[in-house]
Amino acid sequence: MKALRQYLDKIKPNFEKGGKFEKLHSSFDAFETLLFVPKTTSKTGVHIHDAIDSKRTMAVVVMALIPALLFGIWNTGYQHFLATGQGADFWPMIGYGAIKVLPIVIVSYVVGLGIEFMFAQLRGHEVAEGFLVSGMLIPLVLPADIPLWMVAVATAFAVVIGKEVFGGTGMNIWNPALIARAFLFFAYPSKMSGDLIWVSGMSKGEGIVDGFSGATALGEAAVLKSGEGLGRLADGGVYDLWNSFIGMIPGSIGETSTLAILIGAVILLLTGIANWKIMVSVFAGGFIMAYGFNLIGANELMNVPALHQLCLGGFAFGAVFMATDPVSGARTDKGKYIYGFLIGVFAILIRVFNPAYPEGVMLAILLMNTFAPLIDHVIVQQNIKRRLKRVNA
Amino acid sequence: MSDKEPLFSAKNRKLITNPLNAQNPITIQVLGICSALAVTAKLEPAIVMSISVMFVLVFANILISLLRNTIPSRIRIIVQLVVVAALVILVDQILKAFAYEVSKQLSVFVGLIITNCIIMGRLEAFALGNKPWQSALDGVGNAAGYGVILIIVAFFRELLGSGTLTLPGLGTLNIIPQAFYDMGYANNGFMILPPMALVTVGIIIWVQRSRNKDLVED
Repeated sequence: MKALRQYLDKIKPNFEKGGKFEKLHSSFDAFETLLFVPKTTSKTGVHIHDAIDSKRTMAVVVMALIPALLFGIWNTGYQHFLATGQGADFWPMIGYGAIKVLPIVIVSYVVGLGIEFMFAQLRGHEVAEGFLVSGMLIPLVLPADIPLWMVAVATAFAVVIGKEVFGGTGMNIWNPALIARAFLFFAYPSKMSGDLIWVSGMSKGEGIVDGFSGATALGEAAVLKSGEGLGRLADGGVYDLWNSFIGMIPGSIGETSTLAILIGAVILLLTGIANWKIMVSVFAGGFIMAYGFNLIGANELMNVPALHQLCLGGFAFGAVFMATDPVSGARTDKGKYIYGFLIGVFAILIRVFNPAYPEGVMLAILLMNTFAPLIDHVIVQQNIKRRLKRVNA
Repeated sequence: MSDKEPLFSAKNRKLITNPLNAQNPITIQVLGICSALAVTAKLEPAIVMSISVMFVLVFANILISLLRNTIPSRIRIIVQLVVVAALVILVDQILKAFAYEVSKQLSVFVGLIITNCIIMGRLEAFALGNKPWQSALDGVGNAAGYGVILIIVAFFRELLGSGTLTLPGLGTLNIIPQAFYDMGYANNGFMILPPMALVTVGIIIWVQRSRNKDLVED
């Protein structure tokens, strides 16, 4: 560690103004602050000093994502061996999953950070930290069999069109990771939806066991009009509440295990990085909406028990990691409740009423991202009005 | 203006070249966006649309310019509409007679040339105050500026979205070789959807303004 610090100090003058590699200053700065807590503190204007800068913040979020990632790696292997009917031990499953998942993570980071560094150099500002999290979120919301070049295209699109055109990290309207997923969803629907892609190896038909269904629970419930879909969701079925909670079901890499996501949620809440108001209100909105549909019960998906709805698909993942994005979400306290609640409501609404989009969480969050500034505006204006009344009275 | 001014004086040439870049109707004035989004999923409709708009705009400009001293200013909009509508019906009938397939693809958008902001805008801003020859050049320039953007957008949308290029007279050409698809390449279905037309126009605006800093607004 000390040697590294000394080395950095030695080469640092080269990157300062007038140095040999002055042009590469932002790249050097990015690496230095990633490795060491910067020595400089703000000198003017700021009145609250915190030990944590945005690189540390992002690092904590990445740590909170690790349980979901590890579970996703194991589950990718587990589902694959289940589908092909081979028995396998714990380590082969991890090995198979790692071969499938890690390349996606690497591609996402290399492409995303590459573009971030390029823009930072061109514009002559520091490399922003936002992508450290987005780069981990993107692989976790994709199916394991997604071709790597598609990951690269979607990541590039998300970083350039979703973020840099608005001015970079902190200025984006939508969550970049969801932009990447939405892009893939509309651009290459055959790789992002259907019954074959959620279990690794299944689309190539590698000796699938008879009667094995690789559909996600939501896809299945949406398609089957008879009680059959619900049967798989009921106790003892493949997608019963316990399996869905633990996450031993087909789905995107990081989204299946509500348990692993909740571990991440605890980390985020204990460190105070994610906002509990948003998280709680997303779950509340989803639960109330699903419960209301249970009472109506007009179609197959309306009958899925409310608690079960929250464990299926990307609901928990979206609520914990996507909706709480401080940049694209609402910022006023009251606004956070409204924003979160409506995400939950819309997610379930889209799931139930639109069989073409069995997963509504992505679209619900993007929609509410769009409306978050409007919600904030209304809340702030109300506050101003209320206080003006007090002054004038 | 003196009578001796040559037909293609520097000033007149500007009438054609300006709308291609610094005064582009789509990327700078942001007019005619709706049709730019609607007809650019394939290259052929975009080319035909550009030609139709050029025909309508040039002749409408000439006619209004000829009439400019006799039109009472109170009813000038309705006179302009009559002229434009007559030309659009002409174009529509010609397309239906000689290029039926394309006319089906363009559907209502040929009729909607009447409401294309570029045409009314040029009539109001230019033809009502200038001589027929200049007005004709202005029409050619603006329609070309519109057409260039349409064709660029349609080229990328069709190439990336369908892997083909459809040219008038040549039919649909497969540009992306089959070997690519065998290796796992897939067409980007998002490019055919209207949002990507907007994004493509946005990227053109971005590139244009970063090359010419004078165009950047505050």
